[in-house]
Amino acid sequence: MTTLTDPPKESFRLSQLIYDTRYRSLTIQVVAMFLLVLALSWLVSNTIQNLAALGKDFDFGFLTNVAGYDINQRLIEYDSTSTHGRAALVGILNTLLVAFLGCILATVIGVIAGVLRLSKNWIIARLMTVYVEGFRNVPLLLWIIVIFAVMTESTPSPRDFREGGSASMMLFDSIAVSNRGVYVPAPIWAEGSAIVVAVFLLSLVGIFLFRRFARARQEATGQILPVGWVALGLFFGPALIAFFLMGRPISLEYPELGGFNFTGGIQLRNSLIALWLALSLYTGAFIAENVRGGILAVSKGQTEAAFALGLRPNRTMSLVILPQALRVIIPPLISQYLNLTKNSSLAIAVGYMDVRSTLGGITINQTGRELEGMLLLGLFYLITSLVISGVMNIYNNSVKLKER
Amino acid sequence: MANTTETAFVRKEMLGAKEPPLTETGIVKWARENLFSGWLNSILTVLSILFVYWVLAHILPWMLGGIWDASSLTECRAIRDEIYGPDASVACWAVLTERWNQLLFGFYPSEAYWRPVLALVLFGVAVTPVLFSGIPRVFYALTAVAPFICYWLLWGGTIWGPIFVALGFVLGWIAFGVVSKAAGSLAGTIAAIIVPVLYWLFLDAPITGALGAAMPIGLEYIPSKDFGGFMLAFIIGITGIILSLPLGVLLALGRQSDLFIINKTSVIFIEVIRGVPLIVWLFTASLLLNYFLPPGTNFDLMLRVIIMVTLFAAAYMAEVIRGGLAALPKGQYEGADSLGLDYWQSMRLIILPQALKISIPGIVNTFIGLFKDTTLVVFIGLLDPIGLSNAIRATTDWNGVYWELFIFIGLLFFICCFSMSRYSQFLERKLRTDHR
Repeated sequence: MTTLTDPPKESFRLSQLIYDTRYRSLTIQVVAMFLLVLALSWLVSNTIQNLAALGKDFDFGFLTNVAGYDINQRLIEYDSTSTHGRAALVGILNTLLVAFLGCILATVIGVIAGVLRLSKNWIIARLMTVYVEGFRNVPLLLWIIVIFAVMTESTPSPRDFREGGSASMMLFDSIAVSNRGVYVPAPIWAEGSAIVVAVFLLSLVGIFLFRRFARARQEATGQILPVGWVALGLFFGPALIAFFLMGRPISLEYPELGGFNFTGGIQLRNSLIALWLALSLYTGAFIAENVRGGILAVSKGQTEAAFALGLRPNRTMSLVILPQALRVIIPPLISQYLNLTKNSSLAIAVGYMDVRSTLGGITINQTGRELEGMLLLGLFYLITSLVISGVMNIYNNSVKLKER
Repeated sequence: MANTTETAFVRKEMLGAKEPPLTETGIVKWARENLFSGWLNSILTVLSILFVYWVLAHILPWMLGGIWDASSLTECRAIRDEIYGPDASVACWAVLTERWNQLLFGFYPSEAYWRPVLALVLFGVAVTPVLFSGIPRVFYALTAVAPFICYWLLWGGTIWGPIFVALGFVLGWIAFGVVSKAAGSLAGTIAAIIVPVLYWLFLDAPITGALGAAMPIGLEYIPSKDFGGFMLAFIIGITGIILSLPLGVLLALGRQSDLFIINKTSVIFIEVIRGVPLIVWLFTASLLLNYFLPPGTNFDLMLRVIIMVTLFAAAYMAEVIRGGLAALPKGQYEGADSLGLDYWQSMRLIILPQALKISIPGIVNTFIGLFKDTTLVVFIGLLDPIGLSNAIRATTDWNGVYWELFIFIGLLFFICCFSMSRYSQFLERKLRTDHR
């Protein structure tokens, strides 16, 4: 006869903290926490001691003091009597400007180069390989410096644009590429131009609505409307009609040579252009590889099946291949955008006044607030990175394959 | 009846195959298919050929006609005027031959050039057993001692310093062996960490000092500020690469861990490091690090840079390896558990070998990125190749030399990075175990 015995009484022993897997994780975490707090408090106490020894405090008040330095490249009003905070804002906008321009151009270059690298045309594919490998394997800093040197050393000076000079302006005397920057015509907004802009915006809304209508109609009836042509017509038509009806309110101010430099038009500084081109070409090479990988990741059977259904090649591309390739392309594309934004801090090499040069450079040098300045600078980049990756992740979720 | 023998000709043997038409063979066919397969492709081909011709027509004469022997740009131009006439545009490669040593070694004393060269050779020998299989295991011993010898060769100073620092690792290993036999592996691990740390903190310096005074064997000490050129890029790059891989593995494991605190610490560390550009970290290292350390500490700028670059690369590495860990089927983890392996055993024997294999391309990309990023140290005052090119241009002799220096620097970086990416492709093929 067997007797049922109670299982041995659980009694907690101290050694269980080390040998029992149920408790061990707790022990490890407590120890880790302890060490972490110890390390952090050591750093903080060192910092306090060092600040006290230097007679400094921890204070962000310097942001409201007068900056006293000029910034040549600015998107908002700024002069040397503005505050350090305003200077930081100018820098932030400059960083965002070059990052935004760079992301657009890099995507265009990357998609074109990635598709062309898969081309059956031997010489085109080889050229694109040379481009991609050349830019990927040489430091970005070197490319920025090289392109800046090309812009400043190999372009004519404004003097050469005079009568009988060696240089001339491009595109019907509207664009001047000189060693002081690229001058392009500036738009002049006269009375009534607001209506033209409004009409243009309305026609953009119209394009969007028409696309939705066409899609709904195709899903309901199977009829395909000529979306592309209608969109093209809507894009230009109403705006042009409004432009002429209002008596051509928007005109262009051309850059002209006056004295030693160009006047009028918009001056795009060489620092901006060099940084923009270098960032775009460099990141474009990486994006090209992502695009190529994405397209190669779609199996050939997909194309064949689409052809078997009777889809034309361009519809196969837009309806079958691209949606699937995008799923593979977008996540690395996000990190390329992030890289480009962070790499824009290399503006220091060409003297472009981005946030690192204003807030993290001159402001720190003038006020001696390294700790606060670097903290704000780091926070700015961190927040920007998180926002970009957040936005792109939302987009990624909308295009990724919906499972179950 | 007609004579049937003369009616028709009947061929008795097969004819040999006819030559294909000229347009369907050889180079013509290849060109038709690959260059001129449609009107769009034909236009692109012609444009590309024109482009390539235009580029080569401008660059080749400039490069090939370059002047290799001159002591300044003015002399270069004088020689050019003599040979080609004043309007010709030719390269002045003489800047490379004249400043060759400076570009490679910076301001390292010239009588000690053999030391970095020897260190590089030693590194090459030490890294071979790691990179390629089929090399006797004895060489791993050399791999273990090479870092200390390389350090001693590069910076010089007394030989006892590296020897007694290395002794700390040996002490840790002995402590682990002794204590884990007596009191279990956990106690052994703790002892293996505590004993060397205590040794380094309290015993190392006095012993080294005493021995250095008693037996002054050593090389001339060379301070970090004399380091420069590609030597600097190589030292920072290689140290960063070697140190960031294990750190990245640990961070990735931390991020995959179930332990809340360890997990969150790793996530915050990785995201903060990745969210901020390297250049800001480098400025932090040069401007702020002194705030975080005990008052009065002041350590080498180059060491700070190496630490920052390593931490930066480790955060990226952690994300790459995390991808590899996540890509492994869950069955691998469960299989390791069901074999009764503990956490570190299962990671070491089952999980990491597979995860690292999957992430090789990403890891090597991180290495390449790190090596390219070594150029950023120019902004905090270290003389990397780009910094040296600025310094060379600042002298009166070579004021105005741009492209020759840029081409040289770019080419050297290209060779290093391109061979790294080729090696990663070789490694992927070698480690491919699936059956295709």
